Amino acid sequence: MANLIEVRNLQTQFFTQDGIVHAVNGITYDVAEGETVAIVGESGSGKSVGVMSLIRLIPEPPGKIVNGEVNFDGQDLLQLNEEELRQIRGNRIAMIFQDPMTSLNPVLTIGRQITEALELHLNMNREESRARAIELLELVGIPDAGARLDDYPHQFSGGMRQRVMIAMGLSCNPQLLIADEPTTALDVTIQAQIVDLVTRLQSELGMAIIWITHDLGVVAGLADRVLVMYAGFIVEEGPVDVIYGQPRHPYTLGLLRSIPRLDLGRQKRLIPIEGLPPDLLDPPQSCPFAPRCPFVIDKCLEENPPLMAISAVRSSACWVDLSDVEIYDTSADEQVEAVA
Amino acid sequence: MTTQNSNSADVSTAEESTQDEVLLSVDNLKMHFPITRGIILQRQVGSIKAVDGITFDLMRGETLGLVGESGCGKSTTGRAILQLYEPTDGAVVFEGQDLTDINSGELRRMRRRMQMIFQDPYASLNPRMTVGSIVGEPLEVHKIGGSRREQQQRVQELLEIVGLNPYFINRYPHEFSGGQRQRIGVARALAVNPSFIVCDEPISALDVSIQAQVINLLEDLQSEMGLTYLFIAHDLSVVRHISDRIAVMYLGKIVELADREVLYENPLHPYTQALLSAVPIPDPQVEKKRQRIILEGDVPSPAEPPTGCNFNTRCPQVMDICRQYEPSFTDVGEGHRVACFLYDEVEALNEAGQPVAVAA
Repeated sequence: MANLIEVRNLQTQFFTQDGIVHAVNGITYDVAEGETVAIVGESGSGKSVGVMSLIRLIPEPPGKIVNGEVNFDGQDLLQLNEEELRQIRGNRIAMIFQDPMTSLNPVLTIGRQITEALELHLNMNREESRARAIELLELVGIPDAGARLDDYPHQFSGGMRQRVMIAMGLSCNPQLLIADEPTTALDVTIQAQIVDLVTRLQSELGMAIIWITHDLGVVAGLADRVLVMYAGFIVEEGPVDVIYGQPRHPYTLGLLRSIPRLDLGRQKRLIPIEGLPPDLLDPPQSCPFAPRCPFVIDKCLEENPPLMAISAVRSSACWVDLSDVEIYDTSADEQVEAVA
Repeated sequence: MTTQNSNSADVSTAEESTQDEVLLSVDNLKMHFPITRGIILQRQVGSIKAVDGITFDLMRGETLGLVGESGCGKSTTGRAILQLYEPTDGAVVFEGQDLTDINSGELRRMRRRMQMIFQDPYASLNPRMTVGSIVGEPLEVHKIGGSRREQQQRVQELLEIVGLNPYFINRYPHEFSGGQRQRIGVARALAVNPSFIVCDEPISALDVSIQAQVINLLEDLQSEMGLTYLFIAHDLSVVRHISDRIAVMYLGKIVELADREVLYENPLHPYTQALLSAVPIPDPQVEKKRQRIILEGDVPSPAEPPTGCNFNTRCPQVMDICRQYEPSFTDVGEGHRVACFLYDEVEALNEAGQPVAVAA
C-alpha cells in the first residue's frame, strides 16, 4: 500500500512563562492507505500534540511547530496557508475527540452540526445535506435517525454522542480519520460497541485511522501497527503482534507488565514502572526513560538512543538488546532484579 | 424487601476460608434520591433509585470488588455504607452495630474504624492545607493524636508507610504528582487505624504505569495491617487482580456475586458475560480469537427502571418472565449468587419482593 501520510522529524514546542515545553521531539512515521496505526502513551507523552500538529490544531501561541514535514498527497501540510488547510481538515482528514460532550456544540442541533461540514466542503444544499446526515446517522447505528436529527446533544447518551461524532468525522468520506482517545470516556460495553463500529466502517469505507490511546488492551484488537511514545519521542514502533509478543523497549515491556490481564491467572504481584516521567520543561540529554529503566547502562546516560531499525518491520530506541526477555516469565523478573 | 430473599445472612465460602468473621453485613440497602419540582413548594415527583436493595457480607481481611458501569450505583453504595448519605432503607451492620440506627456521636466514633480513599487525587485534597495537616486532620478530629509532637511523628510514620518521604510534611498537594497524591489520600485514610476502607476507584485517574504502584501499595498494606477493602472500580482486570470475591452491579442492583476465579471462569449472568467479553486484553493473538458479546443500546434511567429484571431491555437471552417478574438473588452453589431466570433455583418476585409461583 502506498503511504497516505508521511511525518518527518516533527517537533512541537510550547513557549510558556516557565520556559519551553518540549512536547514532541522529532518524530518520524508513515501511515499507509487503509491502515490502522495506534499511538500509545501516557498523559504528557506527546501523543495528542504530535497528531494535532499534523493538521495544525495546536494553539499558536503558545504552541509552535518548530521543525518537520507532513507530506499528505504530495503537499506539505505544514506549509499550507489557512485557506488551503481548511480544504483538507474535516474533509480529507477528519478527527474524532475524546469527550463527545465538550466537542459537540450544545446549542446547535445534531443535524445542523453534521450538515455544516457537508455544506462547506461538498457544496450541498439544505435538503441534500439533510438527507446525507440521516444516512450518516443510520450508518453509525442511531435508531430513528430522521427524528433525532433535530435533537440537541444533551438528549443523547455518551455512547450515542460518540456515534454522532463519528458520523460527523465520516461525513466527507475522509482518507484519514484521527481518533483521539475516542473511547476513554465510555464504559466498557459501550467502548466495545464503538470499537466494533469503527472497525466495521473502516472495512466498508477503507479509510486509514490513527488511533491515539493509553489503553494497551484496545490497541491489541484494533491496530495494524503500534507506535509507543514516551516524553515526546517514539520509543518503539512495529506491527501489533510483534510489539505485544516481544517488546524491545523497556518502557513498552514495563507497560505490559504493569497492567493486570483479565485472561491470565492471578499474577503474584504487578511490576510497576518506578518513578515518574521526566519534566518536559527541562528534558534530559540522556535517554528520557533511563531514570526509570531497570536495564540502564552507562551509554543510556550519555546519549539518547535514536529510533533504530531492529528488523525490516520494527524499530526501537534503546541501546540494550532485550531480545531474550520474556514479558510474563518469572525468570525474566529475576533478570530485571539482577540488572537493576 | 424487593430484591433479595431472606436466606441472605451468610453469603460466600466463609466456612472454607480462614476469613470467617463477618465484618460488615449489608442487608437490602436502598438509596433513593428524590426528584423534586417547584421552587418554593417542592413536590417530589419521582426518585432516582441509585441503589435499590443490595445484600452482601464482607469478611474480615477480605477484598470485595464492586464492579459496574458508570451510573450503576457502585459509588453510591460505598458512600451509603459509610453513612455519607442517609440510606433510604436497609441495614448496614459493621462490627456488630447497625450504622443506620445509631446517633451521630456514636457514628462519629465508628468512623474511626472505617475510612475512604477517593477517586480523584486532585479534588480530594484541600490545596491550601499542607500534607502534614491533611494527614493529621483525622487524628485531631478524633482526638487520638496526642500532643502536637506525637501527632507530627505519627504523620511522618504514615508518610513513610505509603512510600513518601517524611520530610514532605510541610509541602502542599500541588507539589506532588497524581500517584503521590493518591498516596497522601491513602495515608490520611490510614491515620485513624481503620479496619475497613472503601476504595472508590482509587486508580482510575492515574496513568497506567503509576496504577500498578498504587495497587501494590494497597495490597501490601492489607497484608501488613489486615485491612478489609470494598474495592469499587469499573476496570475488571484490576478488580480481578485485587479482589477475593466480586460483586457485579447493574442499575442499582447486584446481579451476580462470586469468588474471583469462579466469576471469571464461569460467569452466569448475561450481563457479567457481556461485561467480561467487552474488556480488551492486551494481546493481539488473544483478541483475534475472542468472541465479543456486544450489548445493544444504553442503560435505562434509574428514575424509571424497567419492570421485571433490570437488564431485560438489553439482555441477549431475554425471556417473557424477565419482563414481568424480578429475579431473586439466589445462591446457586458454593456462595455463587445470581439474579437471573436462566437458572432454575432463581425464583420470581412480585412487586413487594415476595416469591411468587410462576408456571415454567
